[in-house]
Amino acid sequence: MQINAYPEIVMENVIKKFDDINAVDNVSLRIARGEMFGLLGPNGAGKTTIVNILCGLIKPTSGFVTVGGYSLPKNLEDLKRIIGVCLQETTVYPYLNCEENIELFGGLHAMKKDLFEIRKRLLLTKLGLYNVSRKKVEKYSGGMKRRLSLILALIHDPQIIFLDEPTIGMDPQSRRSVWDFIKELKNENKTIFLTTHYMEEAETLCDRVGIVDFGKLIAVDTPKNLILKNGVNNLEEVFIKLAGRRIRDGV
Amino acid sequence: MNFQRINALTKKELKKTFREPAVLFMIFLFPIVFVLTFGIAFGGLGSTQPVYDIGVINLDSANSSGSAQMFIDALSNITLLHVNVYSDNQTAQNDLEQGKVQAVIIIPATFSQSLSSYYASPNNPKCWMNTTLLLYLDRGSIVATQVISPIVKKVLTSFLNQQAAPSPVNVQIASLIETRQLSAFEFMAPGMFTFASIFLIMMIAQSFTQDRENGMLKRIRTTPITSTEFMTSQIIAYMLIALIQAILVFAAIHLIGFKPQISIPAYLIAFTLVILFSLSNVGFGLITATVSRTSSAATGISFLFVLPQLFLGTFVGTSLSSAAQDACKFVPSYYVTDALTSIFLRKASIGSPAILLDFAITTISSIAVLAVGIILFKKYLKT
Ligand SMILES: Nc1ncnc2c1ncn2[C@@H]1O[C@H](COP(=O)(O)OP(=O)(O)OP(=O)(O)O)[C@@H](O)[C@H]1O
Ligand SMILES: [Mg+2]
Repeated sequence: MQINAYPEIVMENVIKKFDDINAVDNVSLRIARGEMFGLLGPNGAGKTTIVNILCGLIKPTSGFVTVGGYSLPKNLEDLKRIIGVCLQETTVYPYLNCEENIELFGGLHAMKKDLFEIRKRLLLTKLGLYNVSRKKVEKYSGGMKRRLSLILALIHDPQIIFLDEPTIGMDPQSRRSVWDFIKELKNENKTIFLTTHYMEEAETLCDRVGIVDFGKLIAVDTPKNLILKNGVNNLEEVFIKLAGRRIRDGV
Repeated sequence: MNFQRINALTKKELKKTFREPAVLFMIFLFPIVFVLTFGIAFGGLGSTQPVYDIGVINLDSANSSGSAQMFIDALSNITLLHVNVYSDNQTAQNDLEQGKVQAVIIIPATFSQSLSSYYASPNNPKCWMNTTLLLYLDRGSIVATQVISPIVKKVLTSFLNQQAAPSPVNVQIASLIETRQLSAFEFMAPGMFTFASIFLIMMIAQSFTQDRENGMLKRIRTTPITSTEFMTSQIIAYMLIALIQAILVFAAIHLIGFKPQISIPAYLIAFTLVILFSLSNVGFGLITATVSRTSSAATGISFLFVLPQLFLGTFVGTSLSSAAQDACKFVPSYYVTDALTSIFLRKASIGSPAILLDFAITTISSIAVLAVGIILFKKYLKT
């Protein structure tokens, strides 16, 4: 993994203000093509805001952003063709069945019919929804909806993938299989930007991790280097050491 | 514009409408229940035993056989009919025009003679002296037009003790007298279409705010669909819904007994008007969605557009004061209802100035409202 290869995601001095708070406070970051980057941080640290800026959902107050060579917000339309986004909130249409949800997103990406069918089958199988694909999503469990949400993000085989807490609310089995799946995506040389609260998985899977707190990026490095530099045993200890023990949300 | 994207989203919107019971009720069932309830209340349908007043003029009273009188008695024995005997045609016709009777039967002077000739040789039509029983019907009472003539024919057949035609007496419907008296329901029928369509405002405002609340709108925005494609798909979906709605309302109205005898082009114009009108409702729905923070707020705010249109522009407004009737001129639904009334009830030709004017105003106002809605909502989509 060459970190200094062609940068697929670039943020320079990005600031996002909501009323009086800086949700993102002067963040600069470069992520290489094919890199798997994990963004860690306490609740309310600004992770989701960063993801939303990178996938063009919100405009930064100031700063410079390019994704996949497209600068934002100018090339928004082009950007949306090459990214796949799984938002933190599970967003699936309850009144459609699983396949209809996938068909909608295949349609929104104007996919060719045969490619669509191949991808649909593949993803349904990999995420364990193949046998329940005709079921109304209303009747899905939280974990099943979450996995469907992942399929919707990936149906068009995007090069750049944003996953905001992809395994939130999943049991250990599903979580494990989803992480295995994400690992496969990495092997396909996809650029993956994810946020998570699962330190162990971030430690074993991510090429690099960034720790964000109060909107500031306080550390970026490989998990190994971070552990070494801070003289601790694992990433969770790094996290506690840097971000503290206090509950941050709503402060 | 990418047709595949528009198609995908249109389909989704239609599925949503047809699968959510609350939406389905509001858009389709509610108008139908409403029409049927109103029809039963005001349309003369549903009272278990309707009684029709008919007038009879006996031009054959001089004949000593009394056959004509016996026929009148036979008519009187039918519980559905209430027979009034008139001595002169003028009074009878006046009462028909004013809706006091629903039909007038004129028994010809040759009635008894004709019957005698028939009884003399029932199997030899050549020897019969044929005659005609004239029947005038009130066209304003649609149920009457369809019911009275068969009853009279039936009474005549059994009176002649005869199984089937031929008969020496033929019943001829003289002319359909157009009377001013329309039933309350018919009066309301054109407004029923607008009435149903107005509720689209609420449904659209709710649908959009719900999608925003549950993050679906945001989710859609991460895909390449443009705001123009998004808007187009919504407009297509709701125009289709409006069309289905209009057809259902029409079927319900038809069932009640309102069957306007108008040409195919007139129907086309009528349905086009309803579809055009649905565009303005999409516009009002979008405006509501833009200013509402939650879907329950959207429901409340939508009434700002729903109620004036309801009270000033549908059948609800038919008995308004003159001041209120001036206010009507400011709501789009008024022009639609007015045009539909001209087409369905006044039987105006579709090229008449009154209809063209209503059509023009409906088109312009709908497009204007829709444009405002789209501009506001597009801005909203981008933030
Ligand atoms: N639309 C908004 N309006 C105002 N404030 C906002 C908005 N979105 C986020 N914030 C604030 O910005 C800060 C960062 O929020 P964000 O959702 O990015 O945190 P997060 O790191 O994703 O947290 P979590 O781990 O809980 O998901 C929080 O203080 C939050 O309250
Ligand atoms: Mg978050």
